[in-house]
This record gives sequence, structure tokens and C-alpha cells, in this order.
Amino acid sequence: MANLGFKIIEATRSASQSIAAHGFRSFLTTLGVIIGVASVIGVVSVVQGFSASITQEFDGMGTNVINIESYTPRKASLQGLYASLGYDDLIEIKHRVKGISNVTPTVTIWGSNAVISYRGESTDTMVIGTASTYQKLYAVYPDAGRFFNLSDDKSRRRVAVLGPSIITKVNIKGDPIGQYISISGEWFKIIGIAEKRGKLFGFDQDDFILLPYSTTRALLGGAEEPDISIGLQVDDMQMIEQIKQQLKNVLRRNHNLGKDAADDFKIATADQMLETFNQIIGSTTLVLAGIVGISVLVGGIGIMNIMLVSVTERTREIGIQKALGATRFDILLQFLIEAVFLCLLGGLIGLVLGFGAGSLISSATGLPEATVPLWAVFLAFGFSAGTGLIFGIVPAFKAANLDPIDALRYE
Amino acid sequence: MSPVETVIQLRSIAKHYTMGGEGFYALQGIDLDIYLNDYMAVVGSSGSGKSTLMNLLGCLDYPTDGQYHLKGMAVASLDENRLAGIRNREIGFIFQNFNLLPRASALQNVMQPLIYRGSPLAERKRRAEDALAMVGLQDRMHHVPNQLSGGQRQRVAIARALVTQPAILLADEPTGNLDSSTTVEIMALFDQLHEDGQTLIIVTHEPDIAYRCRRVITLKDGRLISDVANSATVISQAKGVGAHG
Repeated sequence: MANLGFKIIEATRSASQSIAAHGFRSFLTTLGVIIGVASVIGVVSVVQGFSASITQEFDGMGTNVINIESYTPRKASLQGLYASLGYDDLIEIKHRVKGISNVTPTVTIWGSNAVISYRGESTDTMVIGTASTYQKLYAVYPDAGRFFNLSDDKSRRRVAVLGPSIITKVNIKGDPIGQYISISGEWFKIIGIAEKRGKLFGFDQDDFILLPYSTTRALLGGAEEPDISIGLQVDDMQMIEQIKQQLKNVLRRNHNLGKDAADDFKIATADQMLETFNQIIGSTTLVLAGIVGISVLVGGIGIMNIMLVSVTERTREIGIQKALGATRFDILLQFLIEAVFLCLLGGLIGLVLGFGAGSLISSATGLPEATVPLWAVFLAFGFSAGTGLIFGIVPAFKAANLDPIDALRYE
Repeated sequence: MSPVETVIQLRSIAKHYTMGGEGFYALQGIDLDIYLNDYMAVVGSSGSGKSTLMNLLGCLDYPTDGQYHLKGMAVASLDENRLAGIRNREIGFIFQNFNLLPRASALQNVMQPLIYRGSPLAERKRRAEDALAMVGLQDRMHHVPNQLSGGQRQRVAIARALVTQPAILLADEPTGNLDSSTTVEIMALFDQLHEDGQTLIIVTHEPDIAYRCRRVITLKDGRLISDVANSATVISQAKGVGAHG
């Protein structure tokens, strides 16, 4: 076996020669593998692009952030009982739980209450009512102007921080700072423009308006208190589990929940959200990879078919080679390497096409930039080589087992 | 000519085939010694067992019965891989239809047998170039077979057979596909090889070819019916066989 490597080199050379001799046929043969690998890589590159940008997003948010939202169990929602978090919950948390900061209420308004207009231009957006601590908690910094402060909130000032997309949506001319914009029929002074964040999942992340929480309450009017979500920051990450438990206790007491009652709220950390997200991405990738795996299988059958034809066509050549002293193993190796080589070539083309398609899809739909992780490259090549080996073995054995005399006589 | 060294020794060789439920002997009771530097023709009508003998001598097939010693080795008891090794080292095949690898250049064709024995590229190239030069094709080395004439193709095949320095050169109707002037050239090349000490076995049905050889054996119905070393006898024998066939 000392010259096995050398025989592999020779077989590779002869394989490339015979693949080149039937260029178009070789291309058609590998088309199944090309399409298979291209779809794997295409899908993976888009999904991984998502994943990378989401992860970055979460990293920006900080792992020490906890979010609390109301949660209505299915059974209760069928009965028309909706859970809610109120400002009193926030006050309780602030007073009773130690080791936290930037406790921030957020109320989000969509639809008819979120219609904005500026000099006759009118559109709707997402209006977020929150406290000045929002800025520190979610790291939203104004590109121009300032964020609202505690006194804006306390005196219900009608001031607004705009997401940069709003400027183009209602066509604000000149310096927006100091100008007025109408939200749900009330006039607000623009005091700041948030920095641009771009698109995610095709959603414009810059299409929002931030208002002080108290102002938003006034804007909503009505007797019913809105359902808010509460964000807060844990000062010491070591304490995060204890703090979550404390939050749970405070909210359960405040909501008068009995011993057997389920929580009517959800406490989520950035880590957990990231983990959930990664699980979704992971299973999506797996399912898609499985589906495209089938197309590689189909491609493999194509390879086997053509390799069998090729063995028959080259029966005489095989006879000559055997007469010249080629062993069964020599012939087996030659045809196996030809199949693997063909598949790897298909894999390479598929890789390039897949990445190209992924990038194209990403840029056309405003999704995050497509990335191909190294494991996907190895997977694609491993898959291709495996396909070649598995589907090449039958033709290769057929070739190796030919009787030299019959093969030489073959017309 | 006195026998110097026995290269091939066949003892009561038989080859039995079953075809369509009926068995028959393609070869029967063959005793034959082939000596170093023999220049031997095998003649006989079609169906006489020439091809079967050729396949057995060339280690492409196993005899049903009998002993075959090649340079003292009991070939009939070797396994397939060993037999491939014997073909590679000891046998040089030359075929009627040349049997070159169609996509490979003359040089690559000649290098091919050396691949199976694992010679490094530089050595393969040097030996193949030498072999091609010996048959006068040093300036056609990079042509593929269909860019070469019939005579040139057969020269490439001869170079390929010689490159391994085999114990015997086994030619099966080597001039069958060639015109008369090319036939003369190829036979002159065989004569030259004989003079250089090569052992040659030529299967043929052409009396002219057999006439060039120093020894002629005749097969009929799978049996060896004559083994003569006299050129004069050869002509009448070969012609006689032709008339019978």
C-alpha cells in the first residue's frame, strides 16, 4: 500500500481526463449534486446570515437585561380573561427588588392611535411610550438632538424622539429638531432622532416614535390602564437567578395569585430569548437540510446511472488495463475516484451557486448579509464525496469484476 | 539452435468450456516448452485453440487442467492479483486492433503499465520515452491514437509491451489490421527484437508471418499437431493448415 497515494494521484488524473472528455455529459450528471448542494448552501447562508445579525442584536442589548411581559394562558384567553401588567407592578418591583436598575415601562401603540402627520403627509407607525431610562437599557442613542429626560416624563411634555425612517416617511424638510409633528391628532415637538439600525427580517427597525410614558398615557386617555412591558437591568449577573425569583414573588403577590395558579406574566432574559431564537434557527436549518439532502440522493442516483453507462462504454479499456497488469483494486479505485471527483466538482459548483443565490436573495429582500459558515462548506464537500463513494461503489465493482478476456473482446 | 533457458513450460494443459449445456475442450493435452529468445509462431485455423492458448500464456485465464510454469513459477495456482502482477511484469501484449487507450497520448499509453507497478513519474517517463524511441516514434509521443496511422499505433503498442521488459512478448495477429508495406515494417521490428534477445510468440494465420519466425507450432481442434524449427517446413505446414481450414 506504499504506493496507494501515488495510485490515487494517477486515478485522479485519469478521472479528470475522462470527465473532460465528456464535458457536457459530466455536467448533466452532476446537476443533481450541484442543485442539491446549491440549495443547502443557499438556505444555510441566508439562515446563518439571520442568525449572525440577530445574535449581534442581542449582544447590543446586553445579557443583563430582563424583560417582563403579561402572559395569558390559553385557557384564560378562551374565557376572555386577559392578563395585564400595570404601572403599579413596576412601582412594586422598584421598591421591593434590590440589585436592579433602569426599570423601564414600555407601552406600544399600533394602528389608528399611531397615525402621524406632518404638513399634510400622513402615515402610521409604531409609537412607543417609555421612560428616559429606555435609552440606557436598550442602548438607543440619538443621532441628533437629545433623548427625553425625567422632567419631560414628569411634566408630560409633548416631545418625541423619531426613528430615522419617519423623516422620509412624512417627508420632513430641513432640520427636524424643533419642528412639530402630529401624533393621533396631538402636536409633539421633535427633540431627537435615533441612530439608524437598518432592516431585520425585512422589517424596518427605524420606523418608530418614542414618547415619554406619562405623555403616552395621556394620549391614550381612557380609564383602562394599558398593558405594559417592563424592562430592567441586573447590576450583578451572578444574582440573575435570585432576582428572577424575587420578581416572580413580587408579581404573584401583587396579582393576588393563589398557590396553584399559573403565572400570568413571563420573565425573559436576553440569554433565554437568544437561546429560543437559536433553537428555532437550528430546527429550521435541520429540516431544510433534510429536504435538500433528498435532492442530493436523487443526484447520487444520477451519478450511479451514468457511471454504469460509462463502465459499459469503457469495457474494452478496462480489458486493456487488466491485460497491462491492473489489479481489481486498481480498477475499483479508478472508477470510485472518478465518481467522487465528479461529485466534488458538482459540490464546488453548487457551493458557489448556492452562496451566489443566497447573497442575491439577501440583498433583494433586505435580509441580513448571507454568510456561509465553515461547517456548511465541509458538510457540502463531505456530502458530495459521500454521495460519490456510495453511488460510485456499485459501478466501480462492476468494472473491477469484469473478466479481462470478455472485456478485451467487447465491441 | 540449442535450448538455453526454459521460459515457459506447459504440461498436459487442458481448457474445458461449457457452452449451451454442451462441454468441449478448447485445448487438450498441450505440452510445450518455450525457450529464451524463441521466435515462435502459433498457427491454426479459427477454432483450433489459438486464442485460448494465447489467453493462457498471457495469464488472462486459468487452465482447467495441467501445469503452467512461467520462469519457474506455477502460474495456474496464483490468485487474480498475483496473476495481474505477472501480466504486468512478465507479459507484453500486442493485439490485432492495437488496443491503445483512446484518450491517452502515445507517451501516456506507454507509461500505463508502469503505473500498476508503482514506478515514480520521472522513471516512467524516461522508460516510456526510451521505448518509444526504440520503435522510432520519438517525435509522435504527444499524439493521441487517432492522430496516428495504423502502423504507428502498432508501434506504440509494441513500445507499451516492451516498456516493462517482459519475459515474453505475446502478439495476437499483430499485422492483421495493417497494409502490406506496414506489415513488413512491423515484422522487421520483430526481427530486430529477436536479434536483441527478446522472446516472441506470434499468433497468426498468415503463412508469410509464420515464415519469418524461427519456430512454428500448429494447433488443430485444441491439440498441438506440429512443432517445427525449420523455416522450409513451415511454409508447407502453414499452407497445409490453410487448405484444411
